[in-house]
Amino acid sequence: MSDAGFVIAAYAVIVGGLGVYTLALWRRLRAVRGPDDEAR
Amino acid sequence: MKTRILGLVALAAVIAATAVALFVVPPDQNQGDAQRIMYPHVASAWLAYLSFGVTALAGIGWLWKRDLRLDAVAHSAAEIGVMFTAFAIWGGMMWGRPVWGVFWQWEDPRLTTTALLLALYVGYLLLRRLSDDPERRATRAAIVGVIAAVDIPIVHFSVEWWRGLHQTATIGSPDRVLNPAAPMVFVGSLLGMLGAFTLAWLYLMIRRYQLARAEAAREEARRMDRIMTARTVEAAR
Repeated sequence: MSDAGFVIAAYAVIVGGLGVYTLALWRRLRAVRGPDDEAR
Repeated sequence: MKTRILGLVALAAVIAATAVALFVVPPDQNQGDAQRIMYPHVASAWLAYLSFGVTALAGIGWLWKRDLRLDAVAHSAAEIGVMFTAFAIWGGMMWGRPVWGVFWQWEDPRLTTTALLLALYVGYLLLRRLSDDPERRATRAAIVGVIAAVDIPIVHFSVEWWRGLHQTATIGSPDRVLNPAAPMVFVGSLLGMLGAFTLAWLYLMIRRYQLARAEAAREEARRMDRIMTARTVEAAR
């Protein structure tokens, strides 16, 4: 693959960032609501 | 439960769209493998527009109806929009270096107005931290959110209005997207990534809105608690 470093850096930050933000959001929601509420 | 299912569908869609973009789509004749960056870059840019559009509309809704749920929508969309704008800029930089030869060029109107868009909405989020009064905060944020949204069409049409490095619109040009000469695997991958990211955006919007409402309820409970404590102290004197 040509320019592999750029492709990997782009996907790692964008797709990885999306995952990290989702997990962080989930944890923030859980902290505010409590663990029993998360299945909603 | 429905939101959880949406989240799982969005996750599967993002994984599938990423796999197709990285391993199924062939390298471009001119750009080589760097063109694979275009798919999440364009999808992120689209969701930045959508997010800030929602922030502006919900802000107008707050100014009109005075319903704090609309402010929660505006706040949620702004935070998510900032993230997608940062992704769009990052993707563009990673694509720009191998294809243009530079990560960034301040003379390019699309790049500069997009950086301004990011700065405006980071400012919007910072502004929200300045006031503890929910209504005052919502009003100030709504005004800034509406004014900042003026930059959205400027970003979008900057490639038509001024000359720069950035190419003109692709998604907004049916003659390009629907051109029989455009390889369907490229077009399909782009549309797939747009769909997958939009599903992820919808899931994040719902969760972020739920968080905003839960935080608002906790903030209100604390405020009432402070008022009751103050009244109790006053009555005891």
